[in-house]
Amino acid sequence: MEGFLTIEGLGKTYVPGKPVFADVSFTLERGEFVCIIGHSGCGKTTILNVLAGLDSASSGYVFMENRQVSGPSLERGVVFQSHALMPWLTVRQNIAFAVVSRWPDWPRAQVQAHVEKFVAMVGLSAAIDQKPSQLSGGMKQRVGIARAFAIQPKMLLLDEPFGALDALTRGSIQDELLGIVRETQQSVFMITHDVDEAILLADRILLMRNSSETGAGYLPGGIAEVLTNPLPRQRARASLHRLEGYYALRNHIVDFLVTRAKAH
Amino acid sequence: MPAWRSLNFRAGLLSVLILLLLLGVWSIAAGPTASANSSAGMTPEQIEYAKMMGKDPGSAKASGFPTLGQMGSTVWGHLSHPFYDNGPNDKGFAIQLAYSLGRVGLGFGLAMLVAIPLGFVIGMSPLMRKALDPFIQVLKPISPLAWMPLALYTIKDSSISGVFVIFICSVWPMLVNTAFGVASVKREWLNVASTLEVGPVRKAFLVILPAAAPTILTGMRISMGIAWLVIVAAEMLVGGTGIGYFVWNEWNNLSLTNVIFAIVVIGVVGMLLDLAFAQLQKAVTYVE
Repeated sequence: MEGFLTIEGLGKTYVPGKPVFADVSFTLERGEFVCIIGHSGCGKTTILNVLAGLDSASSGYVFMENRQVSGPSLERGVVFQSHALMPWLTVRQNIAFAVVSRWPDWPRAQVQAHVEKFVAMVGLSAAIDQKPSQLSGGMKQRVGIARAFAIQPKMLLLDEPFGALDALTRGSIQDELLGIVRETQQSVFMITHDVDEAILLADRILLMRNSSETGAGYLPGGIAEVLTNPLPRQRARASLHRLEGYYALRNHIVDFLVTRAKAH
Repeated sequence: MPAWRSLNFRAGLLSVLILLLLLGVWSIAAGPTASANSSAGMTPEQIEYAKMMGKDPGSAKASGFPTLGQMGSTVWGHLSHPFYDNGPNDKGFAIQLAYSLGRVGLGFGLAMLVAIPLGFVIGMSPLMRKALDPFIQVLKPISPLAWMPLALYTIKDSSISGVFVIFICSVWPMLVNTAFGVASVKREWLNVASTLEVGPVRKAFLVILPAAAPTILTGMRISMGIAWLVIVAAEMLVGGTGIGYFVWNEWNNLSLTNVIFAIVVIGVVGMLLDLAFAQLQKAVTYVE
């Protein structure tokens, strides 16, 4: 078996005979950033939940470091679309909850130091003792990211983490995330709807198509194409559109989403 | 803004005015007949003489509704000696109140011990919810006093029967609210706990309990309100001690001032209990 994370023949069926997606296979190398992009309802979130162990597939297997994934684990940190912070806890307590779950034997001081380090990493030291309700949407999502990084998982699963943010906030957090990922050599699997986000962040982009009824019969959804990002790894959001090959890549993805991803 | 224009100040002023108006109406309604019996303008010797003749001027046994003056002296008498104990039928109101609060506290505490864990089970298990629902639906609307004969027969102790009645009336709102609160804990928080491999006990206490706490506290507040309503009736039935028994006893004594005093005390204590739970509720409520 090759790869750090291996997905083999994954499928999910709600209506018998008409799987939402089938035969999804791909691998993810250590330290690689993979984005999956596709229309709503194609099964992206289901795939991510299966990888997280929160959902089970109807068929197929997921292996991480040659061991089958069969349930949620601290080895895979998840950032949820809706940040999923506990509103009765402060930022500090939210992250400490995760840290204590990861290392139950750590003394208090060590937990606190670890929490403060990761809060500082996302630039929220000033708001560390505030409740999530006092934070803006972008800040909440930063806390969610800090929480996922704080348990130092072997890989990170991001379910459209910036979907609910405005464009400006989204941009600055993307830069932040990219910096942290490059620094920590984190392996990341991320869902997005945003083509530019995928081009900026991903080493590889998986294009997913929806299931459809064609003339030849029912065609389940699945991965239509895997693109390797040709742009240099040291790229920034501000200068992204000036890089050679950017428009070709972007046009290819947009064409796919418009013409091929969904049955019309 | 000047202080006298604040809403709280004006509302307080209006409350005082309404109170004065009610007292005024009382005073006028009870006035003419009772004023003849008033002790005002009598020397202590005259009062004593009147008492010896069986015409105690300060007594509520005088025919007619008690006057404000009589009411005031009764209130003052109770408040200055809240803890006296002159045998089974003559105890200070604070002692009677303590008996009632003790029964309510005990019955309510037992109800918590049953309702909150059971509510957790019902909230987390759809199977248990469906299985127990018919029982809850049938038992919930039963007037708690209907249990009294059964309790007296099986427990054979009137005081414990009173506690049982409080238990049975407090248990339902807590149970239903706990189950609802636990069942509606957001999926995402449970998912976070799962991905962090949080064990079931830690999850119950650190995720589900705080998430459901506002709903549970609402149930407890409703239960406490009902328990305080029921204790008076229960104590009237079982007798012996308690503020409810006090009311009944003073009715038998035809001492309306004492009855009115007890009614006000029941109201004030009920309000204080409710305020205490409101504070608790505020403490566990979170903003999303």
